[in-house]
Amino acid sequence: MKSYLRILLIFILFFGFSVKSNSAEKIEYLKTDWSFKGLFGKFDRGALQRGYQVYTEVCSSCHSMKYLSYRNLAEKGGPEFSLAQAKAIAASFEVTDGPNDDGEMFTRPGKLSDKFVMPYDNVKAAQAANGGAYPPDMSVLVKARGGGVDYIYSLLQGYENPPEGMSLDDGVYYNKYMYGNKIKMANQLSDGLVAYGDGTTASVEQMSKDVTTFLMWAAEPHLESRHQMGFKAIVYLIILTILVYFSMKRIWSRIETKV
Amino acid sequence: MSDQEYIPKSKFGKWFNDRLPLLTLASHLTDYPTPKNLNYWWTFGGILTFCLITQIVTGLVLAMHYIAHADMAFDSVEHIMRDVNYGWLIRYIHANGASMFFLAVYIHIFRSLFYGSYKSPREVIWIIGIIIYLLMMAAAFLGYVLPWGQMSFWGATVITNLFSAIPLVGEGIVTWLWGGYSVDNPTLTRFFTLHYLIPFLILGLVVLHIWALHVPGNNNPVGIDIKKPSKDTVPFHPYIVIKDGFALLMFMIVFAFFVFYTPNILGHADNYIEANPLVTPAHIVPEWYLLPFYAILRSVPDKLLGVVAMLSAILILAALPWLDTSKIRSAVFRPLYRQFYWILVADVLILGYVGAMPAEGLYLLVARVATAYYFLHFLVVLPILGYREKTLPVPLSITEPVLGGSPNLALAKNKEKLEVK
Repeated sequence: MKSYLRILLIFILFFGFSVKSNSAEKIEYLKTDWSFKGLFGKFDRGALQRGYQVYTEVCSSCHSMKYLSYRNLAEKGGPEFSLAQAKAIAASFEVTDGPNDDGEMFTRPGKLSDKFVMPYDNVKAAQAANGGAYPPDMSVLVKARGGGVDYIYSLLQGYENPPEGMSLDDGVYYNKYMYGNKIKMANQLSDGLVAYGDGTTASVEQMSKDVTTFLMWAAEPHLESRHQMGFKAIVYLIILTILVYFSMKRIWSRIETKV
Repeated sequence: MSDQEYIPKSKFGKWFNDRLPLLTLASHLTDYPTPKNLNYWWTFGGILTFCLITQIVTGLVLAMHYIAHADMAFDSVEHIMRDVNYGWLIRYIHANGASMFFLAVYIHIFRSLFYGSYKSPREVIWIIGIIIYLLMMAAAFLGYVLPWGQMSFWGATVITNLFSAIPLVGEGIVTWLWGGYSVDNPTLTRFFTLHYLIPFLILGLVVLHIWALHVPGNNNPVGIDIKKPSKDTVPFHPYIVIKDGFALLMFMIVFAFFVFYTPNILGHADNYIEANPLVTPAHIVPEWYLLPFYAILRSVPDKLLGVVAMLSAILILAALPWLDTSKIRSAVFRPLYRQFYWILVADVLILGYVGAMPAEGLYLLVARVATAYYFLHFLVVLPILGYREKTLPVPLSITEPVLGGSPNLALAKNKEKLEVK
């Protein structure tokens, strides 16, 4: 039993190390309560729906989300718009389809099965429209940045006047949380920028939180079922471990050696 | 294998067993006399078998949905994560499974180092184990390339470029490995093929590893040869089976925690950015389990010598049974070796830490000292220690230390003296 405790210690050390080494480069990000953290973490439905609104009205003019489809908006564990709402959202976008029987491309209203419409035809077009910088695809953006949700949340609120003596080129902005502090995206959020349907005040902080929650879901659409299954799996394993422990004690009691 | 002749009870069993003695094998495996004083560090062999099977099974399912093409690999992984039923679960088990596999193998190796399990007559088990470890590293590296993220691409570029250090033919070998003049689609397809192949090579070697183990039998914490079967041993089933099962369940709880609650913590964020040959990441770092060797590689200023040092760091382990000159196996009876053992453990952890840091300033200095000590331990400390160390008296049997107050103590001391001479 003693060596088993030592093994446990090693595991804890290993885990501690991995957490620590990951946080080594971190700057102090702004903190907020994320509803999706923790053993039973779930998305805040309202935040996801508001976040989708911020994405569509603000971000989506430059940032694509190529791995998401409109059907995802109605799926369990997501914003959970009703099927009718999701259909209406899809239909509000013009999708290029084809070629038809005449060999022509044509546009039609979007369907649930369509992927989110991209703001630009290709990367080059996106770069040309944004002063050479490519606005990254947002589908897995939260997982592709070291600080994760805290980083995105902070970045959106991190615009400041550059410190004295720092000269910025045209189209480059100062951001406290950006790597190197220079960002090619201008500050996008301002108080009251969007009109939330549920009456929530659209402060910069609120919009940052909502859209970041939405991005987290976009990157991890199965987060809720993962947490639920994880809890069940671990409880099951713990109970089984206890039962096996007592069976082991019983079996080893046949001989003098302790186990 | 000197088991008693096994005769199946049923007529058909006997008929079959005369033609293919599978039942004899099963009987050997259940009765296999195992030292009864094995501690929990010995349960990692079973845990590793579990890890290998898990990787193969999840890997098969992933291969059904993955597309090995430079333009589609990243998309197909996202397809698995989003649209394949429980695809996220399978992929997270596979990705974290690799880390758990290495965690277990490091414990397994360091257990062997502490209790001298590599010494005569178990050298072949040890060497097969080192080959398995090498193949594991190859499989892990190849697998990390498959999602075709930024770290995949640049990791592949850095590691394959190591071969260019070989004089004269180096550049040619790199072009041959890539299947072109840079890491690209041909590289990805061959990496996928090899990633699929290697686990089955490992599986075959695991069979040999266990076979070689069953000839002399397990080493044990006391590190003495024991009579088998005797009162020092228990049959593998049910005693060891249930104990290994208990340890495996403990391991699975940790495993499950990673998979369900922090599935991405052991990976690098940059690998969620699709590979882009035009943009180099700020820091190119391998997965945590390769960091000590990465630190050794970078601590040598010369490229070729760095590669040689990194390879030697692994291959030197194969020579360990002959580098360690002590006749006493277990560190329990080797007070000096015990201290050097823990220094080595600390040394490897330090190498792992500096491997994750930029190779400059103090980090580089620490890496160089730690690298030098790593080789010093195997090439100087171990050979000398075997002659110089005053070891503690070794008991004659396992039952003796277990029951305590043995009448054989004087005898044991005599035997120890004989052994030292």
